[in-house]
Amino acid sequence: MAAPYLRPTSIAAALQHLADGPRLIVAGCTDVFPAHVGKMVVEPVLDLTRIRDARGIREESDHWRIGALTTWADVAEATLPPAFHALQSAARQIGGVQIQNAGTLGGNLCNASPAADGVPALLILDAEVELCALTGTRRLTLAEFILGNRQTALRSNEILTAIRVPKTACGGRATFLKLGARAYQVISIVMVAARLEVAADGNVAAAAIAVGACSPVARRLPALEAALIGTPGAGDRLRAIVRPEHLHPLAPITDVRATADYRREAALILVRRALSSFGAGAP
Amino acid sequence: MTASDDLTFTLNGRAVRVSVPPMRRLSQVLREDLRLKGTKVGCDAGDCGACTVLIDGRAVCACLTPAAQVEGRDVRTVEGLVNGTLNRLQQAFLHYGAAQCGICTPGMLLAATTLLERDPAPSEAAVQDALGGVLCRCTGYRKIIEAVLNAHRFPAEAQGKAAAALVGARVPRVDGGGKVTGSEAFGDDLAPSDALWLKLIRAPHASARFTIAPLAQLLARYPGIVRVLTAADVPGANEHGVIPAFRDQPVFAVEHVRFAGEAIAAIIGDETTVAGFDVADFPVRWETLPPLADMDAATQAAAPLLHHDRPGNILTGGFVRRGDIEAAFANAAATVEGRFETSFVEHAYIEPEAGFARRNGDTLELFVSTQTPHMDRDETARILALPPEKVRLVPTACGGGFGGKLDMAVQPYLAIAAWLLDRPVRSAYTRPESMASTTKRHPGRMHVRLAANDEGLLQAIDFAGDFDTGAYSSWGPTVATRVPIHCSGPYAVGSVLAQTRAILTNNAPSGAFRGFGTPQAAFATESLIDALADRLGIDRLEFRLKNALRAGDRTATGQLLTASVGMADCLVALQAPWQAARAAAQAHNAGNGITRRGVGVACMWYGCGNTALPNPSTMRVAVTAEGRVVLYQGAVDIGQGSSTVLAQICAETLGLPLDVLTLVGADTSLTPDAGKTSASRQTFVSGRAIFAAATDLRRQILRLANAGERARLELTGTTLSFVDGADVRQVDLARLPADVNGIVLSAEATFDPPTSPLDADGQGVPYATYAFGAQMAEVLVDCELGTVQVLKVAAAHDVGRAVNPALVEGQIEGGIAQGIGMALMEEYIPGRNTNLHDYLIPTVGDVPPIATFLIEDPEPLGPYGAKGVGEPAMIATPAAILNAIRDATGVTITRVPATPDRVRAAIAAARARGAKASDVQG
Repeated sequence: MAAPYLRPTSIAAALQHLADGPRLIVAGCTDVFPAHVGKMVVEPVLDLTRIRDARGIREESDHWRIGALTTWADVAEATLPPAFHALQSAARQIGGVQIQNAGTLGGNLCNASPAADGVPALLILDAEVELCALTGTRRLTLAEFILGNRQTALRSNEILTAIRVPKTACGGRATFLKLGARAYQVISIVMVAARLEVAADGNVAAAAIAVGACSPVARRLPALEAALIGTPGAGDRLRAIVRPEHLHPLAPITDVRATADYRREAALILVRRALSSFGAGAP
Repeated sequence: MTASDDLTFTLNGRAVRVSVPPMRRLSQVLREDLRLKGTKVGCDAGDCGACTVLIDGRAVCACLTPAAQVEGRDVRTVEGLVNGTLNRLQQAFLHYGAAQCGICTPGMLLAATTLLERDPAPSEAAVQDALGGVLCRCTGYRKIIEAVLNAHRFPAEAQGKAAAALVGARVPRVDGGGKVTGSEAFGDDLAPSDALWLKLIRAPHASARFTIAPLAQLLARYPGIVRVLTAADVPGANEHGVIPAFRDQPVFAVEHVRFAGEAIAAIIGDETTVAGFDVADFPVRWETLPPLADMDAATQAAAPLLHHDRPGNILTGGFVRRGDIEAAFANAAATVEGRFETSFVEHAYIEPEAGFARRNGDTLELFVSTQTPHMDRDETARILALPPEKVRLVPTACGGGFGGKLDMAVQPYLAIAAWLLDRPVRSAYTRPESMASTTKRHPGRMHVRLAANDEGLLQAIDFAGDFDTGAYSSWGPTVATRVPIHCSGPYAVGSVLAQTRAILTNNAPSGAFRGFGTPQAAFATESLIDALADRLGIDRLEFRLKNALRAGDRTATGQLLTASVGMADCLVALQAPWQAARAAAQAHNAGNGITRRGVGVACMWYGCGNTALPNPSTMRVAVTAEGRVVLYQGAVDIGQGSSTVLAQICAETLGLPLDVLTLVGADTSLTPDAGKTSASRQTFVSGRAIFAAATDLRRQILRLANAGERARLELTGTTLSFVDGADVRQVDLARLPADVNGIVLSAEATFDPPTSPLDADGQGVPYATYAFGAQMAEVLVDCELGTVQVLKVAAAHDVGRAVNPALVEGQIEGGIAQGIGMALMEEYIPGRNTNLHDYLIPTVGDVPPIATFLIEDPEPLGPYGAKGVGEPAMIATPAAILNAIRDATGVTITRVPATPDRVRAAIAAARARGAKASDVQG
């Protein structure tokens, strides 16, 4: 019988364990235990939290590397370029401090909730995930990795070890707007992350907009991004460009938090507000 | 079986070693393996934060932390905050009344500790950020914020000081010490370590027939199961209910379940077996039936009956008729009409139902979190087929009740199991179980008409309300009765026709929840009061003042009010804040932005005590030969502070300091029946009883020395001194003849507020006194997103006399927080949001600053003039908020909660109709 619980200190050891058979991979456990209310965790577990080099944020030559075990509090407290401010803002709004201190970015992505606050903020950074197996390492974009509600491309012999943000996506400033029905500890009805790079001429050089909780997986809005390129980077001008059809990639549902119609309307409003917040075109 | 590993870590500065399964929740390790019960469990899902502990200085939820992850780390719990004396923060919590029931207090303290260790004098925003992950259902958070902000002003070590006993003083709660140190024992904290565990098997379907297959296979598969209980094992009556005439709820369902969450069986065994038991393994076959999901379904002609003796699925109704409403409407200068709807609301106390039972010879002893020990005792005895005195019920500390712990939950199951097995048995509901199976606030559907004359005087109300009472009666009859009496609001209305129905559906039973239906009715009536004032061009507050009940007026039931009618004073207290808030809103709205501000006011009244029924409380106070004054009081303090209030009244009346009192109880074997903690009755009814008992005892004491009425008493050791000017006499209590309990003097008194039954038209004297109040809410509405932020609340309440103003404010602030929840976010959808992340209650960031105005129009029957405030605190809040939304947007929201999607849809619909969403000038 497989050991019920393993807590290796290296990725190599962890992968070796996985090769012996599938395991429930855990880190901050902020999703695992809520899924086991009134039950015990009986599956064999692989706990990654002792793998020290899988935690922390590091600047490499052409990308930023965020270890999968980096907690939301780590992100919030890090000194990062303005393009990461949406991610940092999301980090401060996920659950309460208790969740931020335990929950990890890797776990948030692997849990693949449609309402995962981290996903839109990482989408606008063109984030990729690094998936390691004994047989090799592969890199997928977030869109390739998160396939649906609670579905990912992670194979049973793989571990998500890091998130990579290419420096090409680290320009400009970013903002994050979260809409929920109360002030703290709230699952989002809609959230929007936006990143904008304004060129020296005052016009938008690059734009990345993502909306969460309005489709099985948070989505970028490529048509809107394209429409923004080249326009003056002033809030009011940016806002005016947004059209309902730009939200076409979204497919909101009705649930206990809001109706589908409301989500669609609120997403439009929040996208406009996110763009307005970029102000009078300061680079 | 899960293997255990050795685990070593530092706990509150000391190395500990324990052998536990690696994936065991740290909360369980602390509570069960290390027996440190200060870390509380409210949800096991990271939603409530009650289990917050510090690991390496950072706040985390112990329920989300696997034991193995604390290996070698530094863990701090509430037990580690005390170092011989209360620390600054704990002193501040006591001083400001930041702990009510106390179940969230350990989590709050630890969350605040991490902040204060970084920043001893933080900003309010930083405090809110630090506490955002801990839910409190009692306090409304304001006093917690105050305590954290001011903790640095307290000395490092607490200095003992005698509390003033006087009625009217802000005495720290007498039971506060245990709440801020984590030593207070709640429902799940007392079970002995050898107790068996009990888990209920519940129906996953709202309506179904079922058959339980033979259990042999199950027992073979789970050798740790020592017993399975079903309906066949109930020794006595397999039914219970809070109102004997309406008793209809089985302990275990028999062949047929009427709501999802209903218990059909229980398994009992060791912790590992029970915790690891997969309910899917229980051998039951379900045959689902189409459920009556709502009142429409239940009242269709062809609807099957939930109970054969309730035709039409109507449980009961309520009726009040006074005057001639048709004539009044025909002659009115203005009439308004509306339809309103409210939702199921969950009590969401942070402590789920829990307790343990043991058999002691021929007596069954039950230690549970409850609001009503004697009723629980009697119902349990009936179920066990025992005489009531063979059941002893000892309430544990109650981690929030709000009416939800007036119905039995774990009680009968624990009792049967412990009785049959002759072993201690424990159980605690999981959060989803608690939410699925226990009572809710009744959803109401109300159609209301109001009429006024051209002087702006209310003439008539026509109120028809249906209330979804769920599958069993619970307190449905009480709601049906209370609403017609109260639905006209605290106004003099000549003609009243009020009719209610409690309708049975396949939902969880609706029961008692702060106000028994009156917050729902106030939402409807107060919305129309605004509309009527607008129609007549009268300021909304002035309209209410003009119509306010005053001494000398008669109520809807024809009762002549003779005293303690502070309604007008409450409104007068709000006049200045009202004008200021109106001006501020107008200034903001002149900006014509996306956000609009609004101000709403609403009034409430509430009869204290049972409706037109006997409602006695008995209190006993005694002096011992050892020089103690012992207060035998059976009123359960569910966090509202009755123990403190009763002790203050007792000490004041005796003329002795508070610290000579020893409180005993509640315990049905030791304390007389004080009645249930409900209907805002403990201060008024039990307070009057202790006043009478203490008055009697003081007379007896004075007689010992033949001392005069004015003599001042001093108790030093066993020497009782009587000081009257220069005349000082002394009596040594130790020399007086004592009974077997060491008691030398004692007095017992009962108070039953005078009421009379209501006649066929609902006319009579249902209550001996009424509480009155007016609240004003200022809101900011985002007209695009439909989000509503409450900016400020002002609350004026006539409490007769504030025995302890800090506790009264605590009730008001906590009531307002629940009102905010009901107004803006709380909607329980059976089977869908049985957790505290899909079902939302206000967090620390959702409750704005609250200004409280205490109006003291003394109630002659009350102790020192006092009457109740517990429920009155929240009744007006939803109405005030909804009226503020209307003031801000011009849109009347007729369904609560006013969630962002509903507010936005209502604004959009109004605009589509071409309605002018502009200021409605009052």
